[in-house]
Amino acid sequence: MGRPTMGDNAIRVANLRKQFPGRDGPVHAVNGLDLEVKIGECFGLLGPNGAGKTTTVEILEGLNTPTSGDVEVLGRRWESQASEIRERIGVTLQETRFPEKSTLRELVGMFRAFYREGLEVEAVLARVSLESKANTYVEQLSGGQQQRLAVAVALVGDPELLFLDEPTTGLDPQSRRQLWDVIIDLRSRGRTTVLTTHYMDEAERLCDRVAIIDQGRVIALGSPADLISRLGGEHIVEFALMGEEPPTDPGLFSKLASVLDSRAEGDGFALTVGAPHRAIPALLEYLDTEGRPLARLTTRQVSLEDVFVALTGRHLREETEEAKPSKPGRRGRR
Amino acid sequence: MSHYHPLRSLYFARLREFYRQPARLFWVYGFPTVLALGLGLAFQSRLPDNVQVDLVENPATEGVRQVLEDFDSKAKFEKRQGVRLKILPEAEAFQRLRTGKTPLVIIPSVSGPITYRYDPTRPEATTARAAIDAIIQTNAGRLDPVKTQDTILNEPGSRYIDFLIPGLIGQNTMGGGLWGVGFLLVNFRIGKLLKRFTATPMPRKDFLLAILLARLTFLIPDVAVLLSLGVFVFHMPFQWQSLWLVALVEVVGALAFSGIGLLLASRAQTTETVSGLMNLVMLPMWIFSGLFFPAERFPDSAQWFIQALPLTQLLNALRAIMLEAAGINHPVVALALGILSAWAIGSFVIALKIFRWN
Repeated sequence: MGRPTMGDNAIRVANLRKQFPGRDGPVHAVNGLDLEVKIGECFGLLGPNGAGKTTTVEILEGLNTPTSGDVEVLGRRWESQASEIRERIGVTLQETRFPEKSTLRELVGMFRAFYREGLEVEAVLARVSLESKANTYVEQLSGGQQQRLAVAVALVGDPELLFLDEPTTGLDPQSRRQLWDVIIDLRSRGRTTVLTTHYMDEAERLCDRVAIIDQGRVIALGSPADLISRLGGEHIVEFALMGEEPPTDPGLFSKLASVLDSRAEGDGFALTVGAPHRAIPALLEYLDTEGRPLARLTTRQVSLEDVFVALTGRHLREETEEAKPSKPGRRGRR
Repeated sequence: MSHYHPLRSLYFARLREFYRQPARLFWVYGFPTVLALGLGLAFQSRLPDNVQVDLVENPATEGVRQVLEDFDSKAKFEKRQGVRLKILPEAEAFQRLRTGKTPLVIIPSVSGPITYRYDPTRPEATTARAAIDAIIQTNAGRLDPVKTQDTILNEPGSRYIDFLIPGLIGQNTMGGGLWGVGFLLVNFRIGKLLKRFTATPMPRKDFLLAILLARLTFLIPDVAVLLSLGVFVFHMPFQWQSLWLVALVEVVGALAFSGIGLLLASRAQTTETVSGLMNLVMLPMWIFSGLFFPAERFPDSAQWFIQALPLTQLLNALRAIMLEAAGINHPVVALALGILSAWAIGSFVIALKIFRWN
């Protein structure tokens, strides 16, 4: 069998569908999903829980089979060339618990023995900055170290394509940074990475392109900057009004200077604006005229979360989970 | 040096895992040893104690007392089983009989028959009655027309400890197969390790093969420790040339239990489920398979079921080989090998069909 011609696509997915039997009829976890991931890029998958991200990624990793649709990974198909694909990919899964009483060297070494070609154990541990822990037991590692270990195990076969499933969930900021460095390093070596994440800053920082997935489909695709700019404005002005007045129609604010979009957000409002220095005075003047005092006002820069809200009217993360996206000051980066 | 050796690396990982768990080391080696020592000590072969009997105090007591005490002195002199006699008022004697402090109460009578008061459902009571009655009747002139002689059985291999050691060896093999294989797999499944493995080029058969090979490797010290305990501490009679046959039966038995362990673990998603299944499978065998006492004690109508159990067959074979020097063509051994092989093959075939890697 000759070398497969994959063009410059590491992954090609066409009209992928996956359904599960459900209580009230089949559940369409993946509902006509199309995707192309280019070689060498870091590709992000963003979407709320239950959107079909994990199912899609599992199908790409060969851990699940599609109901219908076309899947090509590294120019090959799972049905006929499974072991070839497995030799060339690395994956991290959420919540993998490695055997506790193995040392890191033993564990990574065991995985290394599964691949015909790969990296040296010491080298791979060094990549994730765990070389000093080569002789410690897995059970003695902190949470952040265990997640770096999972990445090391994924790397030991020197994969062309890497699948990282929420690799920094639950980590402290320093560990997150360390893992980000590993991923950036991978990119610089020409590896392709598919990153599933629900952290906007992570997607914006690491990914060349992002696919936003909702209800089993890709609803937006492009570089983070691209997607954000489609909103038309780079800033969000959030505010809330004092008093127990009947709810105000957000549409009232949409005609103010430089305001591109206006919606209700929590107990207040969020305006997408192009130029805050024009929109805010306009808003204040308007409220003054209407006799509606402000309870609070903040501005922040637009994130992929806002892109998602604009597309679907819902949030990527439920309000009850983690911090509310409209918290001030969380978007400080650059 | 090639780095590609999945089977070897998986095998060594299983070995390391086992000896790094101190708790497992206790259950596999410590527990059966303690059990053997304890039970062996408790059920030591001893000559029967003196016959215990209470004699009621009344005008006719003296005659009976004389006979029994004479017998006892003679028995002590000849180092045989004697009579331990207590003479008590009637009420007290009956109370002692009721509460199990004595098996037999003799109520002598001046003019009528001697009354034996006892509970026939207690085995020591019927033996006491027979022994005492023989003494009294012989003393009064009973003749035994038929000549008899006694040949005392004093061969090693018929003690309780000889019965027990093969039982413990078999029980250890069962535990190792079920828990060592089944529990391990379920834990791996819960920790998403099985799933993680299937994303690599690791051949699935190598993974399972490594587990079996590790199991068989550990069979060596498992059997050796208990066998050594039996032979060197308890002086079990064991022909060393039968060792290969013990090994063969043990290997087939271990494979049978590993197969059952694999089957029980094939779809379980929690440790609770698999523990429940294991206990469900093991407990009947602990009770019925002849581990602590012979399986023949159970009614004939249940034997078809009991003899089909893998542990019963393993123990039958081990005892036949170790205590009766049975060879491979001995029907007990041949049958055991056949039934254990059937369990092994059957459970592997089904388990591999339904095994869930996710």
